[in-house]
Amino acid sequence: MAHLSAFGAGLLFGIGLWLSGMANPKKVLDFLDVTGNWDPSLLLVMGGAVTVTLLFFGKIIKKRGLAFEKTKVDAPLVIGAAVFGVGWGIGGYCPGPAVTALANLSTSVVVFVVAMIAGGILARIAPSRWGA
Amino acid sequence: MANFTPLSALAGGVLIGLASVWLLAANGRIAGISGILHGLFGGLRASPPGDRGWRVAFLAGLLLAGFAWLAFFPAEKSETGLIPLTLAGLLVGFGTRLGGGCTSGHGVCGLGRLSLRSLVAVIVFMAAGMLATYVMRHVL
Repeated sequence: MAHLSAFGAGLLFGIGLWLSGMANPKKVLDFLDVTGNWDPSLLLVMGGAVTVTLLFFGKIIKKRGLAFEKTKVDAPLVIGAAVFGVGWGIGGYCPGPAVTALANLSTSVVVFVVAMIAGGILARIAPSRWGA
Repeated sequence: MANFTPLSALAGGVLIGLASVWLLAANGRIAGISGILHGLFGGLRASPPGDRGWRVAFLAGLLLAGFAWLAFFPAEKSETGLIPLTLAGLLVGFGTRLGGGCTSGHGVCGLGRLSLRSLVAVIVFMAAGMLATYVMRHVL
C-alpha cells in the first residue's frame, strides 16, 4: 500500500512538472535568464506549490510527530546549493524534471541523469576521503 | 515576456504541491527528488534495503508521468550540448547531495515547513542558477 501511494504521488508530481513547464529545460533557462527575454512563469510554479505545502505541512508534521535532524545553516548547505545552482543554470534540469524527462528517450537526458547519479555518489564518498 | 504561461504554471505548481502533501501525509516522506534518487545509490550511508521500495515506486510514477504526457504532447529538446550537459549533471548531483536538497526538497517542501536552511538554499541556488545561465547565454 505504501509503495502504491508513493507511486501515485510520483505520478501526480510528474504531471505537475510537465503541466507547469518545469520539464522543459528551455523554459527553465528562460526563467533563470533574467537579463534576457525573461519568463517569470516558474515563480508561479513555485508560488502555487509552496502555497499548498504551507497550508498542509505544518499540520501533517505535527500529527505524524516528524522531526528534521538538521536545523543549522552550514557550509555544506551553502556550497552544495551553489554547486547545484550552477549545474541547473547550465542545463536547465533539476533532478525531478530530469527523471520524468527520461521519457523523452533522448541521449541528452540519459547522459544528464547518469552524470547526476555519479555526482551524487561522488559527494557521498569525497567528504570522507578529505577527512571531513 | 511573450513566453509567460501563468495559468499552466500555477496549475502545475498546485499539482506538485498536492503530490508533496500526499507523500508526506500517506508515507511520512519529503518529496525531495534528489534525496529520493540519491538514497538509492552510493553504498556508504545509502538507505537500507527496506527503505528502497518507496523510492523506486515514486520514481517509477514520475517516469510514467513523462510517458503519459508525451503520448499527447510533443517533447521539448534541450538547447545544451552533451559536454556541458554532462558537467551540469555532475554539478547537480554533487550539489544536491552535499546541500541536502534541490528545487523540490528545499524549494517546495522546505519552504512549506518554514525551514531557514531551505530558504537559504533556495536563495543561493536561484542566484547561482541565474549567474550560470547569464554566463552560458550572454558571455560564452
